[in-house]
Amino acid sequence: MSTETGAATLPGGGAGQVKRGNRRARNTRPEGLPGTKHGRLRTVLAHAAVVLAAAIFATPIVYAFFTALKPNTEVFSMPPRLIGSELRWSNFAEVFAYGPFAKYIFNSFFVATAGTLVVLVVSTTAGYAFGRLRWPGRDVVFVLFLATLMVPQEVVVVPMFIVMQWFGWVDTYQSLIFPFAFTAFGTFLMRQFFRGIPYELDEAAKVDGASAVRTFLQIILPLAKSAVAVLAVFTFLAFWNSYLWPLITVVDYQSHGTLPIGLASFSGQHGTRWDLQMAAAIISMIPTTIIVIALQKHLVKGIATAGLGGR
Amino acid sequence: MPTLTRRQRRRSELAKAETRQALGFISPALAGLAVFTIVPVVLSIVMSLYNWPAFGERSFAGFGNYVDLFTRHPDFWPALRNSAVFTLLFVPMNLIVALSLALALSPRIRGRGAFRVLFFIPVVTPIVANALVWKMMLQPQGLFNGVSTSVFGVELPNFLADRHWAMIMVVMMSVWQGMGYNMLIFSAALEQLPASVMEAARIDGAQGARMIRSVVIPMLSPAIFFATVMTIITSLQVFAQPQLLTGGGPGNATMPLVQFIYNQGFQFQNLGLAAAAAWVLFVLIILITAMQFKAQKRWVHYEH
Repeated sequence: MSTETGAATLPGGGAGQVKRGNRRARNTRPEGLPGTKHGRLRTVLAHAAVVLAAAIFATPIVYAFFTALKPNTEVFSMPPRLIGSELRWSNFAEVFAYGPFAKYIFNSFFVATAGTLVVLVVSTTAGYAFGRLRWPGRDVVFVLFLATLMVPQEVVVVPMFIVMQWFGWVDTYQSLIFPFAFTAFGTFLMRQFFRGIPYELDEAAKVDGASAVRTFLQIILPLAKSAVAVLAVFTFLAFWNSYLWPLITVVDYQSHGTLPIGLASFSGQHGTRWDLQMAAAIISMIPTTIIVIALQKHLVKGIATAGLGGR
Repeated sequence: MPTLTRRQRRRSELAKAETRQALGFISPALAGLAVFTIVPVVLSIVMSLYNWPAFGERSFAGFGNYVDLFTRHPDFWPALRNSAVFTLLFVPMNLIVALSLALALSPRIRGRGAFRVLFFIPVVTPIVANALVWKMMLQPQGLFNGVSTSVFGVELPNFLADRHWAMIMVVMMSVWQGMGYNMLIFSAALEQLPASVMEAARIDGAQGARMIRSVVIPMLSPAIFFATVMTIITSLQVFAQPQLLTGGGPGNATMPLVQFIYNQGFQFQNLGLAAAAAWVLFVLIILITAMQFKAQKRWVHYEH
């Protein structure tokens, strides 16, 4: 854009501007000397290395996918073959007939969605109180919040189970949703974000007679959409994938088992249905993969701002 | 004078109103934190001082559980050792692979966005699914041994049943599964490197490996420090991978601290001992993290 206006306003400078533009484009390629033989070779080698790494990296998922399409008797054929004698797409349907797999998926979706909603409400309101309101004791309470971030899940799972017994919540959705929805991470993230918004906005709202609730809902929160989105995605993934806590608090897998718990159910006393297990594994990877692909543009930015605080 | 006091009064009223509103905003978080973090933490300290079976009589044990762990329990030291071995193998491998890939995915790579997504997918897919896929490939009749036997005629060891190989495979699987997270952190940091410094270094003749070693890595050191701290913390908390791949075995060769806690608490119903072990883990994490923050002055370069 600047090049165009520059060329238009500076008579005679057009050619120079264009040249500089080219040089700038070149410089976005580190040590790249495109056009020279050396540079082209380097680019080809770099691509080859990346493609090789990607191929090695993708092997488990690709192999799992094709295993999901084999008859169970051919899963461990010798020599190993990528594609079995037939492509049994029916395995994916059989997964749902084998156990309450649809229920596991529903439970995971329900728990992850509800958990994310709780986290968003709690984190944005608390983040607002810490980041933009003045009240006595604020900084002390905030340090207390941060201190809880250091407590690993393992320290609290055992007593958390007791607390769930007190509440009569063992083997309920509540116990899957609430215990780990109040971590200070989201509050910390939202506070940091809210602090970056100019305070003149609050002052103006106050002068106009808006309450804190209204300022929060109509001014601050809409400005924080991107941070809220990042928090929502990371929270959803954390709930979707969590394993240790559901393993402890779910007793009746049939009714409250989540997907990670259900995945193990294809290994039984009479051996493992590897074909179905792989089909189930692939199914469980689909939603998260879609989320990541849909958000790939924001991924790096999100990690840079929000990821620097843990999962 | 009277106007000033009125203004002061008005200001204190406003402050009071703001405090009231703040209390409203903060109360859900405070209540949740109290019930689901403070209470369990306090309860955990108490439990660790008791013989606390899941059913039946509790009795005060003082520091008996802690003494038991370190002096009598046959699985505790191995669990501690396994966590240490896992961390020592996993963290460097994770960081090296992640950093190499982040550097390799330079802007001149076509489709780098797609590659990044590929490397990141195992991070977000359920760890249970990932572990089961690896378990299948690592079976004696599985992909690894199958290819090796039929193509090279070399029979591989039974990875998951061998004391030494089992841990190495748990680490390999974990690097595959978790490395993408650090790769994205490094990618983000690389993209924020000031172009002027890179340009200056290039004009001074820095290129290739030299450029990476002397310019890029020092400038990335805050990101590397962050990734190291976080990765060590998560690797001391490893649970799902060994539990699913090996069940902690063979014997207790791959059982890390968290699996020890889980087994004691929920299989042997010894909640007091499990709580005590969890506190040992917590202290370990705090100590190691504190040491890293102390050591960072020597190798982490911040702007300003």
